Amino acid sequence: MAEDKKHYLPEGLPTPRAMRNGLDKEYWEAAKRRELVVQRCNSCRAFQWGPEPICHKCHSFDLGWHKVSGRGRLFSWVRTWNPVHPALRGACPYIVAVVELPDADNIRMVGNLLGDPAQNPPFDVDVEAVFEDHGDATLIQWKLSK
Amino acid sequence: MSENTIKDKVAIVGVGETTYYKRAQAPVSEFRLACEAILKAADDAGIDVRDIDGISGYANDRNDASRLATALGLKQLSFAGMVWGGGGGGGSAAVGNACAALVAGFAKYVVVFRALAQGQFGRFGQAPVSKDISGPGAYTAPYGLYVPAQWIALRTRRFMHQYGINSEPLAAVALADYYHAQFNPRAVMYGHPLTREEYDKSRWIVEPFHLYDCCMENDGSAALILTTADRARDTRKKPAYVMAAAQGSDYRQGATIENSPDYSASNFKTLAPRLFEMAGITAKDVDCAQIYEHFSGAVMVSLAEHGFCKPEEVMEFVTFENITAPNGKLPVNTSGGNIAECYMHGLELVAEAVRQVRGDSTCQVPDCKISLVASGPMVTPVSDLIVHSL
Ligand SMILES: [Zn+2]
Repeated sequence: MAEDKKHYLPEGLPTPRAMRNGLDKEYWEAAKRRELVVQRCNSCRAFQWGPEPICHKCHSFDLGWHKVSGRGRLFSWVRTWNPVHPALRGACPYIVAVVELPDADNIRMVGNLLGDPAQNPPFDVDVEAVFEDHGDATLIQWKLSK
Repeated sequence: MSENTIKDKVAIVGVGETTYYKRAQAPVSEFRLACEAILKAADDAGIDVRDIDGISGYANDRNDASRLATALGLKQLSFAGMVWGGGGGGGSAAVGNACAALVAGFAKYVVVFRALAQGQFGRFGQAPVSKDISGPGAYTAPYGLYVPAQWIALRTRRFMHQYGINSEPLAAVALADYYHAQFNPRAVMYGHPLTREEYDKSRWIVEPFHLYDCCMENDGSAALILTTADRARDTRKKPAYVMAAAQGSDYRQGATIENSPDYSASNFKTLAPRLFEMAGITAKDVDCAQIYEHFSGAVMVSLAEHGFCKPEEVMEFVTFENITAPNGKLPVNTSGGNIAECYMHGLELVAEAVRQVRGDSTCQVPDCKISLVASGPMVTPVSDLIVHSL
């Protein structure tokens, strides 16, 4: 990329907000602190993602949050060439990645894979979380591990 | 075989379709398109439209059943149902629901319909614009992950990685759809053949999907009339008997933010065995298949999950020669499908399955007795249907 970009994608995409019922408040709060937390059942210790009010394994409603290392594996990725939102005109191509978290039952998270949008990384390589501030919200992005 | 089955108790006796228009080009409203298709289907069946007493829809249809019944002057409405979900996964399920209603005695003639006018309403391939977002969308939209092409591409790429598949099967599906559409005057892409060179040169939408790997966005409406087997004897056209129907979803396949456990699945793994058990046949007995292609890649996954080939055999099985009518091993999407006939959320695929077993397809498979429809791979719920001629 020609210039150092503060954000992987241009301004104009919607800003993430915690749900009004508080279900994912801790995730967004932690991201601001540069921590990646995911939902974990306090009863059976199972991880799940996205957040739900009930544990899918044991049906407990006692769910908590668990800090993970931010290390992941590139499970799938695609390069988008067609701008699907007005803010993305002129910003294509870009890469969307699905990442598995080995230290959290391989639950998956979505982000952009930072770096050259023309890159062709192999599947299942190691990646790590990067925190990208957008005003009062913080996105979790991914980069290939060194 | 359990007695608790719809097998051969119900038939599709009428097919009606409006002109299929390019996106936003329908000269009339979506609701009027729905009315037109239903009238045509009743005419095809040789029944008075006022005798329809059941309405079955899917994909969050905007055309309210009570309003349709009122506008068409139905003598009574005794069944109205809609399948959950916003995509084409409910296409066969809406037929299945109609069968259930008929076998249960809720209704005598049920119409299954789908109507779309994207000029009047929004486009599918574009994101809504908002300043803030919360809920599951907050985990995807800020990353530019918005539309079905991207969701399906992520899953398709994982499948291709797992089984060492290149883009050849994708090209085969797109080219077969366009080939079949050249015989079908209803098809939006009739008169627009596609060569391999044009396919390869076409722009990327989302890798691995070129422009021609993606379904169109169209306006129009399609409708099917179903009735019980005894009433089907009096209708105008040769009935297409419903051999089996199945709908649903596999374990936790609705998990948000790309967490469905069987990520690269088309979601037919538990449906297909139920479908074939009800039908009392195996994949080998199917003469042609109509497999929903919002995007070409989902076809190979669906074919594998229905047992037409193993995932490891996709490269040998999903070739242009094998999937084209009339002589392919398994002709697929013989009217041109979502990619080249019309994107009517897959209901046009059910209409084509009916035509194949009646013997009046524009790309007729010789002596076609059994046709399978798979609706909406890689979404949830998905659904399946087998029709045959007796
Ligand atoms: Zn639990």
